Amino acid sequence: MENIFLANAWLILALPFAAFLGIVAFTLGHKRLSGYLTIAGVGGAFLVSVGVLAAVTAGGSVHLSFPWYVLGETHFELGLLIDPLTAIMLIVVTGVSLVVQIYSQGYMHGDPGYSRYFAFMALFTTSMLGLVLAPNFLQLYIFWELVGLCSYLLIGFWYRKPEAAAAAKKAFITTRLGDLGLLIGILLLYWNTGTFSFGGIAQVIAGHTLPEGLITTAAVLVFCGAVGKSAQFPLHVWLPDAMEGPTPVSALIHAATMVAAGVYLVARVFEIFSASPTAMLVVAVIGAITAFLAASMGLVMTDIKRVMAYSTISQLGYMMLALGVGSYLGGVTHLANHAFFKALLFLGAGSVIHATGAQDMDEFSGLGSKMKITAGTLLVGSLSLAGIFPFSGFWSKDEILAGALQRTDNPLLVFLGLVGVLVAGMTAFYIARMWLRTFTGEFRTPAPAGAHGGGHGSHEGHGSVHESPWVMTVPLIALAIPALLSGLLGSDLTGQWYGHFLEGAEFHPESLNPLVAGGSTIVTLGGLFLAWATYSKKWISAPAVQRQFSGVHRWLVNKYYLDDLYLWLIRRVVIGGSDAFQWFDLHIVDGVVNGVGRTLAATGSALREFQTGRVQNYGLAFFGGVVIVVVFTVFLR
Amino acid sequence: MLTLTLNHFLVLGAILFCVGLYGALAKGHAVAVLMGIELMLNSVNITLVGFARFLAPDQLLGQVFAVFVITAAAAEAAVGLAIVLVVYRQRRTVNVEEVDLLKW
Repeated sequence: MENIFLANAWLILALPFAAFLGIVAFTLGHKRLSGYLTIAGVGGAFLVSVGVLAAVTAGGSVHLSFPWYVLGETHFELGLLIDPLTAIMLIVVTGVSLVVQIYSQGYMHGDPGYSRYFAFMALFTTSMLGLVLAPNFLQLYIFWELVGLCSYLLIGFWYRKPEAAAAAKKAFITTRLGDLGLLIGILLLYWNTGTFSFGGIAQVIAGHTLPEGLITTAAVLVFCGAVGKSAQFPLHVWLPDAMEGPTPVSALIHAATMVAAGVYLVARVFEIFSASPTAMLVVAVIGAITAFLAASMGLVMTDIKRVMAYSTISQLGYMMLALGVGSYLGGVTHLANHAFFKALLFLGAGSVIHATGAQDMDEFSGLGSKMKITAGTLLVGSLSLAGIFPFSGFWSKDEILAGALQRTDNPLLVFLGLVGVLVAGMTAFYIARMWLRTFTGEFRTPAPAGAHGGGHGSHEGHGSVHESPWVMTVPLIALAIPALLSGLLGSDLTGQWYGHFLEGAEFHPESLNPLVAGGSTIVTLGGLFLAWATYSKKWISAPAVQRQFSGVHRWLVNKYYLDDLYLWLIRRVVIGGSDAFQWFDLHIVDGVVNGVGRTLAATGSALREFQTGRVQNYGLAFFGGVVIVVVFTVFLR
Repeated sequence: MLTLTLNHFLVLGAILFCVGLYGALAKGHAVAVLMGIELMLNSVNITLVGFARFLAPDQLLGQVFAVFVITAAAAEAAVGLAIVLVVYRQRRTVNVEEVDLLKW
């Protein structure tokens, strides 16, 4: 703990939180100041994180915990945990967050809720950092829910818009559904191991005293939480709708913070998962299904942000697939790389939306000449997402596919790897389609009359599309650098630094598998070529293909009818069930209670006829009683 | 020649008691009810005196009881008639059928 950064790591958490408090307490009325405060808070956290990363690289770590609450034998502890995984996550979270905050100054310029926006952003960053720094499940769960709350606040930032309010609720409720599983999983683990701490649980599991069925159950339950937060099938439906929030929010939620939480959670408790092959298989299968479904839906979306949304889900599926096949390294590195290039893609899309006031790719094209920086940086992000050598996406994607395809012990896992390769091609296609349709071709912008500016109260003249202000382009450039280069950290060029850093002594360097790398590159290039042929050269007519496969297209555009299925389920099962229970409550439960009351009241009414109020009647009854008693005692003895 | 035995006293007491009971329970007029109660008390006096005369003639216990009962009966009649007067002033009737405030 002699390192100054490790000793003061709590600052990472404290600075953004101080910014949040400061805005709420003092600067709500001073918009610019609120923005600066958040940037300063997150920036400070970023600097400390860089120092922490350096210290951890040198072999340092932090395991700090102190009692928070003692209840008899039960100790609840809070603390800080900094190991290589945490250090990387800190850089990713604070780095992306910082860039997003700077960008937001431009994007949110003139918004009446400017200060509120930055307050929420600061709180969001704090929650995510707290989640990453948590040394035990309890603390993680607290921040986990805070992240959920902040996502609700930010997705519903334009709460006057019904769609935004609905999307916020949907995100919150859907992720809550998964959180229930997580909570049960945490309690199950606590019940059986007697500790919330990650290290303690890992120790118990390493002791092989727990039955495997129990570990599987607990791991799958914990995974439920990750499914919700990381938008995995079947709880992915909230993420595309969450696009109703401001675009920088999408960049933060869908790149570095909220959705990363689920992958991070699985990586953090990887010991639990790796103790149960069944749980690993569940993770891998869910990941592959998610990757494929989301990529297929991304193929047909015309809303530029929705393309990004499905791409995010798909990439998160990739990460889960990686963790599921045991490629811890692939999952975590892809998480980090994806955070940078996906934040770049979202911010670039935000720049386009900011300039044109539209989100639908049918409404604009050929913007490349007017928005050179946006187009250029987005190209870097797109190629990185597609996984073209030497962009960052290539390295981690290759790691994942190699990890899956090498699992020849289980044919299913190899099959999932092949699905991953297919998804790589689809990814290349949809992202190239996005880029080509937006930036190339005939110059077209939405008619000024059609001023439905993506809800963000566009204040630009629609006719004059021009590059975004520097507060927005500089972040794009800043993100393009890691999007281009961060993958090299996992390559031979840096001696596979990622591997050594994350796995330490257990790491066995493996050079690139030429078959996997070559194969996936060919598939990717195929996807790119198809997109180029369709949208640039028009050799293939997109509408014709659409007509040819109209059935498939309808399924995809309607998101496999999953949303409708869920709505139907909610209406039928939840509301129908509620109605049944309400009937039961009204008629059976209340019936019994009211019945008792009514019976008593009726008995009373009947009996009160005896109370005539006439003393003589009472006297008669009294003497009648005496006579009866006398007859019984004297004559019938 | 008829000799008076204890049974004669007891039968007379029982008859008087029943008459008084009938008066107290069946009469409508409040004063008649009071008179019925008076009859019942006096029937008790007769049995008390009868028992005293035939079972313990030298102790005068029953007679003393009878005197106490007469005293209580006088007090009861005074209070009862006062109540009847008040009821009459309040409700312009002394018919017990119509005085049923003890109801519910």
